[in-house]
Amino acid sequence: MRPNSPIKTPAPRTEQIILFRVSGQLFAVSSASVQEVRGVDSLSGAAKEISQPTLHKVKHVVRRGENSVYVVNAAMHFGLPPAPPALVFVLRRTRTALLIDGIEKMASMTRLQALPLAFCHEERGWYRGLTALDQSVVPVVKPDGFLTPDELFLLDASLSQEADAEAIRVAEENAQGGIDTSIAQ
Amino acid sequence: MTLIAETELQSFVLLRLGDRRFALAANQIAELVPPSRIFRFPHHTSEVEGVILRRGRIVPVCDVAEKLIGKGLKSRRFYLIAQRCYGAQTEWVALPVTGDCELINAEMTLPSDTDSPHVSGWLSHAGDVIEVLNLAALTPGPNEIAPVTAPPQPLEARP
Repeated sequence: MRPNSPIKTPAPRTEQIILFRVSGQLFAVSSASVQEVRGVDSLSGAAKEISQPTLHKVKHVVRRGENSVYVVNAAMHFGLPPAPPALVFVLRRTRTALLIDGIEKMASMTRLQALPLAFCHEERGWYRGLTALDQSVVPVVKPDGFLTPDELFLLDASLSQEADAEAIRVAEENAQGGIDTSIAQ
Repeated sequence: MTLIAETELQSFVLLRLGDRRFALAANQIAELVPPSRIFRFPHHTSEVEGVILRRGRIVPVCDVAEKLIGKGLKSRRFYLIAQRCYGAQTEWVALPVTGDCELINAEMTLPSDTDSPHVSGWLSHAGDVIEVLNLAALTPGPNEIAPVTAPPQPLEARP
């Protein structure tokens, strides 16, 4: 007779998350969603200003290969008091880089609870859900929730207009200087 | 000849908000718990204060006092945790209350067309007339019109 084999309970599936702060508020993001973490200073050379009057949360854009990555101020996105950001998350599979105050720590999330249905406004697009960590509740952000397709369209249009205006300005300057741009090209 | 529906006693939980009492059907109540820490995070649903952790569940806190008595609660004694239906789905919501709750059996009078959507009926208890609350009309939910419990027409026997 063989002894009963011990019943194995499957280990709970976990997800690595990064806990970060924005204006003192704690948020979490899946570490798999973060492609890069950079200091804001490292952006200053690469970032170009962009102004879209209806989207104050985006003030800069960074070219990465073929794509324009828009830098979103997380405090403004969430309607939190402004705080000087120190870090940027470049979010994977999005065209968003996120300005944050700092990283709190890495953690493992075992359970993600859907945002209760009582929350019924924009926040449904902001969060994947809520997780309980160390007897606290932390909202887990949706990486593609910082810029809606409409907002991306507006930003792309604004960027395109700025590029056109810049091309016209350069052409005018060259014409005033007597340079034949058709030959120069 | 008109047949009147039989008198049927139902269970209700009476809750106190300031000086007034309201009722919820007892089968909607999960538990009554002492106030615990509210976790707040950015959102745009003004009726929701935040969330509490209860038995591993994350429960939104909805202060319904503003709608019912015209002012928010400055102090709260308990959270009455009730089940709120969203279509086929049911979730817990925590309602702050200012006093003890009481379980009673009473007969509910159905609401009239002129009653507010948050009234699903009326109780007469200990000399008070008490509103029975319709949580679906009182607490927020996505993309839904708060269902109003329409008063059923009295049964009428036709010859």
